[in-house]
Amino acid sequence: MIEVKDLYFTYPTGVEALRGINLTIDDGEFLAVMGQNGAGKTTLVKHFNGLLKPTKGEILVDGVSTQDVSVAQLARNVGFVFQNPDHQLFSETVEEEIAFALRNFGFEETVIKKQVEWALNLLDITQYRKTSPFMLSGGERKRVALASILAWDPQVIIMDEPTIGQDYQQKEKLMQFILQLNAQKKTVVVVTHDVEFVAECNPRVILMSQGKIVAGGIAEEILTDPKVVAQASIVPPQITQIFLELADLGLPTDIIDVHEASKILLGRMREKS
Amino acid sequence: MAIIETRDLTYTYPGATNPAITEVSVTIEKGDFVILTGPSGCGKTTLCRCFNGLIPHFYNGNLEGEIVVAGLKVNDHKIHQIARHVGLVFQNPENQLFALSVEKDVAFGLENFAMVRDEMRKRVDWALQMAGISELSERPPHELSGGQQQRVAIASVLAMQPEIMILDEPTSFLDPVGAQKIFEVISELNKKLGITIILVEHRLDLASMYANRVIVMDEGKIVLNGEPRKIFNSEKARLIGVGIPKVTQLYQHLKIHGINLKRVPVTPQETANILREVLKHD
Repeated sequence: MIEVKDLYFTYPTGVEALRGINLTIDDGEFLAVMGQNGAGKTTLVKHFNGLLKPTKGEILVDGVSTQDVSVAQLARNVGFVFQNPDHQLFSETVEEEIAFALRNFGFEETVIKKQVEWALNLLDITQYRKTSPFMLSGGERKRVALASILAWDPQVIIMDEPTIGQDYQQKEKLMQFILQLNAQKKTVVVVTHDVEFVAECNPRVILMSQGKIVAGGIAEEILTDPKVVAQASIVPPQITQIFLELADLGLPTDIIDVHEASKILLGRMREKS
Repeated sequence: MAIIETRDLTYTYPGATNPAITEVSVTIEKGDFVILTGPSGCGKTTLCRCFNGLIPHFYNGNLEGEIVVAGLKVNDHKIHQIARHVGLVFQNPENQLFALSVEKDVAFGLENFAMVRDEMRKRVDWALQMAGISELSERPPHELSGGQQQRVAIASVLAMQPEIMILDEPTSFLDPVGAQKIFEVISELNKKLGITIILVEHRLDLASMYANRVIVMDEGKIVLNGEPRKIFNSEKARLIGVGIPKVTQLYQHLKIHGINLKRVPVTPQETANILREVLKHD
């Protein structure tokens, strides 16, 4: 469990990035952190694995304050996938990149080999095992970064903008995969701007603006409230936009899913004819 | 008038065994707003690098076939000559920004063109304003957020007012409202100044309303090329795994159930208008 208690964070430059955040993330929860650029989303999640320490307030990970443990200790339980894979990757081959942390955690060679295979396969990058990560496309590098974290099987997985640079199929896979992790009771925290992605996963959502949490709830509630989303520089999902536009015809407005939308519209058309 | 024309373009990176693009023949007209999409690693970025001469001049490797950009044979002209006509906004803004202030980064390209100072000042201010970052002009780019850096990268290219702008996922770090604003800016440049736009994008939901053409690549080849509605509604696009906008998906769902809307929508507003008519008249 991650508990954030009255968290304030000010960067050395004087920028006050977080201003009084209170949040509890239960084990096995799937949370999407959304909001405008510069709202403090990345700053917030960097506190979850101790990369940043609070200026005021505290973060407890499984009851232990992040002030009291090193990033290395926290990392075993909390994996962090950076927004920009280039901030994370450094090895000469994809395979070595994935094995690196496993070696650092002191796993046996046989386990490392097995975990590397598993992660390569999972993220669909087996064909690049001997390739330099820097030869790969942005989307592929992103998957290498993700594989290298998942390989050591942390309990909490934080992903900063995982869908950037991913094509549609990879995004679908990523979604299946996140839902699967979540079904295995892993805690998943995703920072994202990708409204359609969130609409398909329907996780718990918090919206941030100017260093504060301005709304929280399930995606279906949050993303379909035009006032709330505007406050966080979000645009409602396309399907929601249609229903908001047609609200005067007595159609429901809390619709984010294309299947549900088509069911409602078909029902309405049959009623009429 | 064609502004980019390639014939049987095949390129292999140094040390690679297979070509990244194979026999690409494509014509892009002056004033087009093209979305270039397709699965990761399909050759989109490579093709863009050919359009501005980074291939073959910077990457070396082996380039076969012909390519003419803004009347220049890419093989026979240096990158700086091509750069006057083609601006490229990188996928990752950090690869592009280097100066100590946003303003200096935006002015850099103009300094290289030896533009007079007053004109340069005007251009820089205009570009900063268009990209919505006037207030960041004195800040060091490396201290900015990913989304802000992305705007700086766009402003640097905007300032040069090139005939062709290539943008490789230029809004990936931006929040949806920010992304929409950038697409509106790009669309304005396209409509008002007639700048040809090539936008590499996976998130078609936001961008497709501005484009007049969609080109889909797969395994180094161009496999679809045409009007957005036609492409999004094609079976092939679905099979390749193009991110078909949700509104087009809704159209397809309704069609399976016997409801034929009068056209394939690409925006929520358009969909709502069509549905309103159906729901009222049925």
